Amino acid sequence: MNSYMIQLAAKRLLPLIFLFSLIVFYRGHNDPGGGFIGGLLAASGFIFYAMAFNVQAAERQLKVSPLVLIIAGLSTALISTLPALFVGNPFFTGEWFSLDLGFAGKVKIGTPMLFDFGVYLTVWGIMLTVIFNVMEE
Amino acid sequence: MLLSYAKGVAKGKTYGLTFEWLPDLYLNFSLYLDGLSLLFGLLVTGMGALVMVFAGKYMQPYALRNRFFFYILLFEFAMLALVLSGNLFTLFIFWELTSVTSFLLIGFSHEKPEARSAALQGLLITVSGGLAMMAGFIMLGQVVGSLEIAQLLKSGSIVQNHPHYLWILLLILAGAFTKSAQFPFHFWLPGAMQAPSPVSAFLHSATMVKAGIYLLARLSPLLAGTPEWKYILTITGAVTMILGGYFAYSQTDFKKVLAYTTISALGTLVLMLGIHTEISVKAAIIFLLVHALYKGSLFMVAGLIDKSTGTRDLRKLGGLFQVMPITSVAAIVSLLSMAGLPPMIGFIGKELIYEAKFALPEMGNFLLVAGVATNIIMVAISLALIFRLFLGKLRFPGNRPQIPDLALSIGPMILAAISLVIGLFPSQVSNLLLKPAIASVMPEITHVKLALWHGFNEVLVLSLITVIAGLILFRLYSIVNPRLTYFNNEIITFRFADSFNKGLKLFTRLTKKKTAFIQSGYQRYYLMAIFIITSLLAWYQLYYTREAINWWHFQGAEFYDWAIVVIITASAILAAITASRLVAIIALGVTGYGITLVFLIYGAVDVAITMLLVETLILILFLLLIYHLPRFTNFSSTASRLRDAAIALTTGGFMTGLVLKATQVNLHPTISEYFIATAKPLANGENIVNVILVDYRALDTLGEITVLAVAALGVVALLKLKTKKGSTS
Repeated sequence: MNSYMIQLAAKRLLPLIFLFSLIVFYRGHNDPGGGFIGGLLAASGFIFYAMAFNVQAAERQLKVSPLVLIIAGLSTALISTLPALFVGNPFFTGEWFSLDLGFAGKVKIGTPMLFDFGVYLTVWGIMLTVIFNVMEE
Repeated sequence: MLLSYAKGVAKGKTYGLTFEWLPDLYLNFSLYLDGLSLLFGLLVTGMGALVMVFAGKYMQPYALRNRFFFYILLFEFAMLALVLSGNLFTLFIFWELTSVTSFLLIGFSHEKPEARSAALQGLLITVSGGLAMMAGFIMLGQVVGSLEIAQLLKSGSIVQNHPHYLWILLLILAGAFTKSAQFPFHFWLPGAMQAPSPVSAFLHSATMVKAGIYLLARLSPLLAGTPEWKYILTITGAVTMILGGYFAYSQTDFKKVLAYTTISALGTLVLMLGIHTEISVKAAIIFLLVHALYKGSLFMVAGLIDKSTGTRDLRKLGGLFQVMPITSVAAIVSLLSMAGLPPMIGFIGKELIYEAKFALPEMGNFLLVAGVATNIIMVAISLALIFRLFLGKLRFPGNRPQIPDLALSIGPMILAAISLVIGLFPSQVSNLLLKPAIASVMPEITHVKLALWHGFNEVLVLSLITVIAGLILFRLYSIVNPRLTYFNNEIITFRFADSFNKGLKLFTRLTKKKTAFIQSGYQRYYLMAIFIITSLLAWYQLYYTREAINWWHFQGAEFYDWAIVVIITASAILAAITASRLVAIIALGVTGYGITLVFLIYGAVDVAITMLLVETLILILFLLLIYHLPRFTNFSSTASRLRDAAIALTTGGFMTGLVLKATQVNLHPTISEYFIATAKPLANGENIVNVILVDYRALDTLGEITVLAVAALGVVALLKLKTKKGSTS
């Protein structure tokens, strides 16, 4: 697709969509959103880019292979289940602790969030793997 | 390190350590140390150390020796963890790990086809036994409500009075018997002699094959004492014992002789545990130690002889005392222990075994005869090895053998020395190590006294008979052995190992046929099979509960609900009948968006967003693909279209019924209230959908994303494979 309008839009929108996907991921714990939706959104930004230019260009924007995203995602999700073992709780127990950021107030961080981030990365990677491969056909 | 616990264990203390893992399934990682695990632990680490020294020298010419040491250390870790496990599932995991490492070690010389087939055979047998054992463990967990060993040991009466006792027993025995090479699973052990000698010394004499014995001893307080236990174990043990002895007597390969005597010894151990009297448990534990000491030593000697002369064939060797005197002394001492002659510890073990058999009146005669016969063979083999292999005229096939390296001979020497020292001064060891081990198999026993001289009694008479008969059999060795070898090779054409392989081949052929039948390779048939079976099963259920479902229940439906329904239905029908692919895809998209609207209206915002995104992406995917497809032509006949329509209607109908039923029949209070109430306090989140996904049901989610990842890899493989094919053709 060689439309300047769309290419410009893809260029400008890519970081915005990416940022938006992160926000959606973060707010997922209390409001609609979460890792799955966030991952889909992140993927859609790159897919749009790939449609406007081509797959190679989108992969350059991504810096890493989508497969790496999948691996990183699965590992993150798996690692997030481990801290519970070290404090003596069963596998997969959610562990939470507060993080004092000073100016931004207290933020609650927990292993479920890390797990959700793993989901985010995995879904993002999977969508890109499938669609990029199909587009390259 | 383990020894530092010995004092405490000797006083009857036990040590434990537990990490909870999935406690709802009784899965914990826990360790448990008492007399029995201490004895085994010391056996594993002690033998391990000696074998490492031996292997360091022995494995020098092998190119892949780094890999070898990795495997054998991994095995040692697994074996140690196995005997220290405090939870049956922990035990099971390490049990399987020992099987896997054993596979890798037997098949270490993987360029030899015999080694590969022996490795596979050992793996298949021990692992299938392990699988049965796991089923037994699961049943045990259901009965007792825990798989912690400390907990289980107190629950003997519950298990033994449970109607499933026999099943549990059989399944667990399947695991123990395959691992410990009991008849009729014994044949993998001689095959395992393909492994390098350090492996045979370590895995297949002293440690891994004893894992089954360990399990039987460990679970004795729980399972033993019933008639089933007694008869199964004593008969299997006795048969294995005699068969092992017979085959050992008729072999000509030094290592094979040792392998069959190991089988025989394992049979004796099972038999002793099966009798389960005070004296037999004592005999079992002591014989266990005795056997590990002499057999480990002998296997190392076998490796050493193989190394320096280039053969293990007993017919070609003799008089090795003249070239390797020290090693020969160690070997002779070990062989005396194997024969059960004084002053070795083997003598004490054998005396106790005889005594145990005397003490069992109802089966006594049969067992006694079997035991004496086996021991006569042992005496004969030991004497034959002593007088032909080490003493007598020097014979060797190639160059004159060198005096072996100290690193090779030190292991057998140390083990032989221990055999001798314990034989002379038994009481020290028995108080520190054996007594607590015996007590953890049979808690009633508090007193263990060992001595070389028991006084003149019927047991001693039996020993004398054994030795005399053994001497006679030894004199006949040179006449009988070649005949027996001939008999085994030519007359008995039935071979366990071969028939196992044949069965395996037949099985693979059958499964291939079955797979070819079920897996047609056409996606439409898979889909059809899935839809038809699911919907028929569901219809069956729905039919029997049809009264409970109100099929025409439209109260509260607003006009926009109707509008959405019309849109969805119309676009679905359009998608089914249109002649244009593009129209069909867009119509499908419209259906999807319509459903998204429904979700949105009824408050499932998360689901709606997800669905919206997924629908969009699928639409994109389809549109991308459509570009590559050939022109739409109608291939399917009217009949097949009607068939598809029927399947679609049944499936759709059952989904409708299911949803109606789900909304109208409330068997339990819905679980959503629990989630709403606990999401914030327990999981720090207000979005219930997400909290369920990442916290309450995190394991499911992990499984799902893994499946997705695998699917993505599948897509890559499929597409890449296709392009490759396309480029070559």
